[in-house]
Amino acid sequence: MAKLPRWADLVLVPLISLILAALVSAAVLLAIGQSPMQALSVMFDGALGSASGWGYTLYYATSFIFTGLGVTIAFHAGLFNIGGEGQAQLGGLGVALCCLFLPWPHWTVALVGASLAAALFGAAWAAIPAWLQAKRGSHIVITTIMFNYIAAALLIYILGEVLRPVGSMDPASARFPADLGLPHFHEMPILRDLFVKYGPDGAVKLNAQGLPVYSRVPANITFFLSLVAAFGVWLLLWHTRLGYEMRAFGKQEKAARYAGISAFKIIMVAMLLSGALSGLMAINNVMGQAERLLQNSAEGAGFIGIAVALMGRNHPLGVVLAAILFGFLYQGGAALGLNTTIPIELRTVVQGLVILFTGALNYMVTMMLAWIFSVGRARGAN
Amino acid sequence: MDYATLLQILDSTIRLGTPLLLACLAGLYSERAGIFDIGLEGKMLAAAMASGAVAAITGNVWLGLLAGIAASMIFALIHGLASITFRGNQLISGVALNFVASGITVLIAQSLFGQGGRTPPLEGAARFNPITLPFADSLQAVPILGPLYAEVISGHPILAYIAFLAVPLTWWLLYRTRFGLRLRAVGENPAAVDTAGISVTGLRYAAVAITGLLCGIAGAYMATALQAGFGREMTAGRGYIALAALIFAKWRPWQALMATMLFGLFQALALRPDVIEGVAGFKIPSAALDALPYVLTVLALAGFVGKAIPPRAGGEPYVKER
Repeated sequence: MAKLPRWADLVLVPLISLILAALVSAAVLLAIGQSPMQALSVMFDGALGSASGWGYTLYYATSFIFTGLGVTIAFHAGLFNIGGEGQAQLGGLGVALCCLFLPWPHWTVALVGASLAAALFGAAWAAIPAWLQAKRGSHIVITTIMFNYIAAALLIYILGEVLRPVGSMDPASARFPADLGLPHFHEMPILRDLFVKYGPDGAVKLNAQGLPVYSRVPANITFFLSLVAAFGVWLLLWHTRLGYEMRAFGKQEKAARYAGISAFKIIMVAMLLSGALSGLMAINNVMGQAERLLQNSAEGAGFIGIAVALMGRNHPLGVVLAAILFGFLYQGGAALGLNTTIPIELRTVVQGLVILFTGALNYMVTMMLAWIFSVGRARGAN
Repeated sequence: MDYATLLQILDSTIRLGTPLLLACLAGLYSERAGIFDIGLEGKMLAAAMASGAVAAITGNVWLGLLAGIAASMIFALIHGLASITFRGNQLISGVALNFVASGITVLIAQSLFGQGGRTPPLEGAARFNPITLPFADSLQAVPILGPLYAEVISGHPILAYIAFLAVPLTWWLLYRTRFGLRLRAVGENPAAVDTAGISVTGLRYAAVAITGLLCGIAGAYMATALQAGFGREMTAGRGYIALAALIFAKWRPWQALMATMLFGLFQALALRPDVIEGVAGFKIPSAALDALPYVLTVLALAGFVGKAIPPRAGGEPYVKER
């Protein structure tokens, strides 16, 4: 097969996959009698048209960065971790136990403690499939799928029977202490100026105390943590011995074993880190937003991590960009559900199509591009 | 627990086990041919929506069944295109198609009926209704066996009987026909099949198409027999349970029947907490029963309940020349 230039592989392949996914989605919308252009403009308005739209888009993106990094790190070691969803839910359990039952002097300390708990619980949930793959050869894809369902059942039990406060009907934990709330974008100095509300006359809205009123957004300090995590993953993968070993193992397992790299160590480390990153997502949604543990807390973000990793070409920078794109898709999809008759499930279709084109039909896209490039070269030669 | 309760539970075991059985056999064809398919769930869901919608519009459940099979086949063909023709990652393709199905079914059902992504309730000729087998009533008086025949074996929709017939048929097809031998060979060693002058691509597409057909029946059973209409996410992970059963059954048809009925029994028991409490003497959370198929599958995969070894060429696209 003809090789593509590196920039084309990195930029054009995901871009064309995205365009193909968008075209198919547009065709679906036309088929059900909706206008794709109108849908796109509602999505843009809802997700990017205002500061508060961005506040939601970046909130979703934060979760997706974590789960996308989780999938990425496992991919580099040649492992496909579909268990991000279960790992994120277990991470949520870690956060909840940590926030509910330990006395924390300040939210900053609690953030460190809860992050450790989230990472630990997520890693623990990935540890069993990892061990089974490393020692007993059980296929990681199937075991992690099974563990997603086991996690869901476990949380249904824990939230229904153990953590549910007496007298409450919701299958959810009690609220976390109010002083553990993480600062949101609209509560941070400087950044909050982006979120000031304006009155109809164009003047800044003031409250009774004469202070400006800010629109509330769910994006919180975890966004910056996710960027740090992305940088950390990049350092680990490309600038440490362990990262090199992981990538070598993922590229060519036999050669890596021959070079003295321990398969057991790499599988365990890659999966533990992958689970920990997926678990860390819970800081964003459980501690940062819901402030209690709800059922199905991850809301599919674990699966979106797969799309994000594929779209981001398994590079942390790509993951961040792809996560923001999916944040846009999520917030835009919510706007569609609110403002149009197009069901919110459109975003699931787009998500599936992006995974299909970037992950399974990538060879088709590459072939198309290679053909275009060869035509271009032939023209150039003439 | 009295005999009548036992019969009720066995009856719901068959009712709930049937879609698992159909989907499990569906997966068996594909995976035996070397194409991993974690998209059983999506194909069932697409079929459930298509069959529910067409049955609701035409009032004819057989047209509904055909539509369900067609929808499932389309998904199967896309999976085939990605994993056979374009040599893509079969696992990723399955995951992707599950998402597409999950979303697109709601989009279409909503635009057709505007009832929150559901199809209207089906009744009469728009559903597969229970069939009373011959002599079910007259044999009722025979002790033990009579009620067993009348309550458990008789009284299921035709699709359930098709599912059970598909088990010996699959066994015969796989182990007693030329096609079956080739199908199994292409999942173990496609290069050998290719050397013998038989098309690897053709065999694999055939297998994937059979998977589509059976998933189509499974989905139609969900929407037009087990329940009266399509609802969003109505397959509720059954495609994955079927996948689990397939591994638990080590990719063999009779064992697939056993595994799916066992998992069907768990689902039936999860609906009857009173019975479990009476038998076990203490309360077992229904979540534990929900998780049991998955736990058993993990144990099977880990080799604690016999070793589950997948077809050797599974998941690997076949490249003729390097």
